[in-house]
Amino acid sequence: MNKPDSLQGSIDLLVLKILSRRPRLHGYAIMLAIQEMSEEVLRAEEGSLYPALHRMEEAGWVHAEWITKENGRRARLYQLTAAGRKQLVTEESRWQAVTAAVNRVLRMA
Amino acid sequence: MSLGSRIANVFRPDRLSREIDEELQSHLAEAAEQGRDAAEARRALGSTVRLREESRDLRLIVWLDSLRADAVFGWRQLMKNKLVSAAAILSLALGIGASTSAFRLIDALLLRPLPVIHPEQLYELGRTGTDPEGMVGTFDGWAYPDFQRMRAAAKGEAELIAISYSEQADVTYGSDEDMERAYLQYVSGWMFSSFGVRPTLGRLLTESDDLKPHAHPYAALSYDYWKHRFGEDPKVIGRTFHMGNDLYEIVGVGPKRFTGTEPGTIIDIFVPTMMHPGVVRSDWTWMRTLARVNPGVPLAPLRAKLDATSRAFEKDRAKGFRGMTQKEIDEYLNHPLVFEPAASGASDMQSDYRTSLAALGVLVALVLLIACANVANLMAAQAAARAREMALRVSIGAGRRRLVQLVLIESAWLAFLAAALGGLFAWWSAPLVVGMINPPDDPARLVLPADWRVVGFGLALTAGVMLLFGLAPALRASAVQPVSALKGGQDPHSRRRLMHALIAVQTAFCFLVLFGAGLFVATFQRLSNRPTGFSADRLLTLDTVARRPQPQVYWNQTLQHLRELPGVESVALASSTLMGGWSWNNSVSVGGAPPNGALSYFMSVSPGWLETMKIPLIAGRDFRPTDTYPGMALVNQTFAKEYFKGENPVGKSFDMVFDSGKKVHLEVVGLVGDACYRDVHEPMLPQAYYPFQSVNTVNALALKGEEQGTFIVRTASANPLAMASTLRREVRRAWPEFRVSNIRTQLEIDQSHTVRERLLARLAFFFGIVALLLAGVGLYGVLDYSVLQRRREVAIRMALGARAGHIARRVTASIFSMVIAGALAGLALGFASVRYIESLLYQVRPTDPRMLALPALTIVAAALLAALPPVIRAIRIDPAVILRAE
Repeated sequence: MNKPDSLQGSIDLLVLKILSRRPRLHGYAIMLAIQEMSEEVLRAEEGSLYPALHRMEEAGWVHAEWITKENGRRARLYQLTAAGRKQLVTEESRWQAVTAAVNRVLRMA
Repeated sequence: MSLGSRIANVFRPDRLSREIDEELQSHLAEAAEQGRDAAEARRALGSTVRLREESRDLRLIVWLDSLRADAVFGWRQLMKNKLVSAAAILSLALGIGASTSAFRLIDALLLRPLPVIHPEQLYELGRTGTDPEGMVGTFDGWAYPDFQRMRAAAKGEAELIAISYSEQADVTYGSDEDMERAYLQYVSGWMFSSFGVRPTLGRLLTESDDLKPHAHPYAALSYDYWKHRFGEDPKVIGRTFHMGNDLYEIVGVGPKRFTGTEPGTIIDIFVPTMMHPGVVRSDWTWMRTLARVNPGVPLAPLRAKLDATSRAFEKDRAKGFRGMTQKEIDEYLNHPLVFEPAASGASDMQSDYRTSLAALGVLVALVLLIACANVANLMAAQAAARAREMALRVSIGAGRRRLVQLVLIESAWLAFLAAALGGLFAWWSAPLVVGMINPPDDPARLVLPADWRVVGFGLALTAGVMLLFGLAPALRASAVQPVSALKGGQDPHSRRRLMHALIAVQTAFCFLVLFGAGLFVATFQRLSNRPTGFSADRLLTLDTVARRPQPQVYWNQTLQHLRELPGVESVALASSTLMGGWSWNNSVSVGGAPPNGALSYFMSVSPGWLETMKIPLIAGRDFRPTDTYPGMALVNQTFAKEYFKGENPVGKSFDMVFDSGKKVHLEVVGLVGDACYRDVHEPMLPQAYYPFQSVNTVNALALKGEEQGTFIVRTASANPLAMASTLRREVRRAWPEFRVSNIRTQLEIDQSHTVRERLLARLAFFFGIVALLLAGVGLYGVLDYSVLQRRREVAIRMALGARAGHIARRVTASIFSMVIAGALAGLALGFASVRYIESLLYQVRPTDPRMLALPALTIVAAALLAALPPVIRAIRIDPAVILRAE
């Protein structure tokens, strides 16, 4: 199912990028950040965000910890690890390469 | 998150799920705070169950998790049926434990390489052929001069090492009062360096300690002895001890693991071969020869070379033989030399117990297989009951692999619980069995390590066992056809066929075990009931030694002193005890004729010895106090038969002919009953007794002294050992030069000859009962299951008027035909295998109908007993109830 606003596999890149700017965010905040920064163009599919976060946690790119907020609710905060920073560089350059290539195709066609 | 946390997550699945749920909940709460509609937010998030599963699988190891889930499920399955599971685990535990225990013994005695460098290069030199008694076998005794020639011949290709048969020696560290016994071995000085064995303390013996006869009184202790006798005292170096007439100095202590080269004996003291009195004798074979063959040297030419060397030596020696025909000499020389691999050492216990342990190993393996068949049947019956569950699992998408895993894990539970119990059993039972190899005075001292070899064997066995009884039910379960199973069951006969086949196998193995047990028990009974020709009742033997020969008068004085003690019924003196391990033989010539080749056995005894031993005097008279050697003799009936054609030999005479050709003329004064001289397994031997007191053959008037003798005391009390310490003290009081070096009851001496048979009989009997029990339980289980399965059929038959007898036959027929088929197969197997254990049997013929009837009857009786409850249940079936229920 390809919705126009779906992130199409770029969710890792977006999450890593956001966490590199703003450390210690919980899942909902990450989702909001994606929406805000893309000026509501991009919407993280809420359901796929958590498995993605957990996968990145397994891969060691992000680190998670539980905190208790002032209102007494617990939240799970994510922040980037060294490996995640490295991964962000790789993902970013890969994205640049892909979009550049796509742009070239668009220009020539 | 690391691998560690993923593994950890497998074992706290609930916490993991809770965490994921909580995170999702906090997401929804956050959304609510932002003012979103709760229902909309939930929809946007999607199914929490799906998300949880997805995240869960990411955060743990999936296969491990499924394994855990199956293990939990399997455990619940076992707990559901506690009694059945416990029975299965117990029977498997016994099988696994007994097998591991048997392996532990076999490994320790026969397989484990010596703790030396390159044990695989070691060979033992032996000679094959027939001994003077006509027994075929390999003999490993060598004379030292022969060894020296062979060592020179092998130079550059192999290093030869002389190692005496271990013996127990009397050693004293302080005064003579504190004499103690130690296991002693004379070894080539270069043995330690050739073995790469390093001292824990001081130095070990070297080649320079082993050059000249009687010139190197140095000793190395084993670590074990140092620990137990000296408490690891480092000041032991330089200490001295007396042994015989020599004073030895302790120079070092060996390493921890080296206990000598004789598995079954732990050597205490090593001394150089040059200190052995036999080192210059060509006619004294007192040592083994080990060869360390250099890498790359082919064995065959080396063997041929040593064979030629040894043969030349024996040929030289045979020139001095008198009284032997050329044919006998040729026969004597025709004993080809052989190399036997000796990576695990060489000992009497190895040759004595090799076949016995193998037989026991087979018995316990059979018991284990019977237990496996039981558990397989149990699993098959359970699988039948669970066919619907399996079908359901398949239809909702479980993979076949996963089903195999599910059933195998249940088997694994059984197997590993059984292995844990079995491990305990093995840990407890192996030393117990070694403890049963306990001839008085020389109990087996076998190191029984429980290291990776034993543990590895146990684990491999457990895994093998698990596959053996678990794989077939697992594959069958996974092959379930959901359609037919859910509809009401597949072909019930296919499952029963497997169970019936297993019953036949069980019966065959059970028959085999019982057959073997019967043979061993009968052998032991026949040996124990065999008359020895004397009475061992209340008899105590006191081996007595002195530093130097003591005049006859002191021996007689002591004899008299003991006789007067309260509690002593009678006392006699002899050169040794009957069946005590000592024997002396010579040829006999009658009327100057050449010896007829048969050997006679001799012993010197005092007057009254016959009466003390309760050996009947058949004709003539006993010795008188004035009788001396050489002069007169008592002979036994076999002797009279052998040399005097069975006529009364009293008044006749014969010559005792030594190897050297020396002859001693003896006149027969009495004919006595046959008595067992050496070994209870042997037929009665021709024996002659001559007086203990002897005249010096050089100076005919002087009585010769003796430095050792054995007082034989028949006590009044039922427990002769109660007098042991009194007698020990009184011997010394009678003449202070005498020392009692060893006290044994004649009964324990007699029993020491049947230690192996007793061990085999006891263990085989035990395993026979276990096998019978297991097979009975198995049979009961299968019958019970088949009655349960066929209750509809039975009910219909009864409704149509079948009688109880008919039903009983119907239900049991196929199983009993399996039992009979199994018993016949067991019989065939028994006949085929009996030749391997023939050497362990005594006057028991496996073809004896009684030997066959016993296991057959026992099995039939057990089968009937096991069949009774299910059959009763079958004929009590009420057709009305069953048919209404269907």
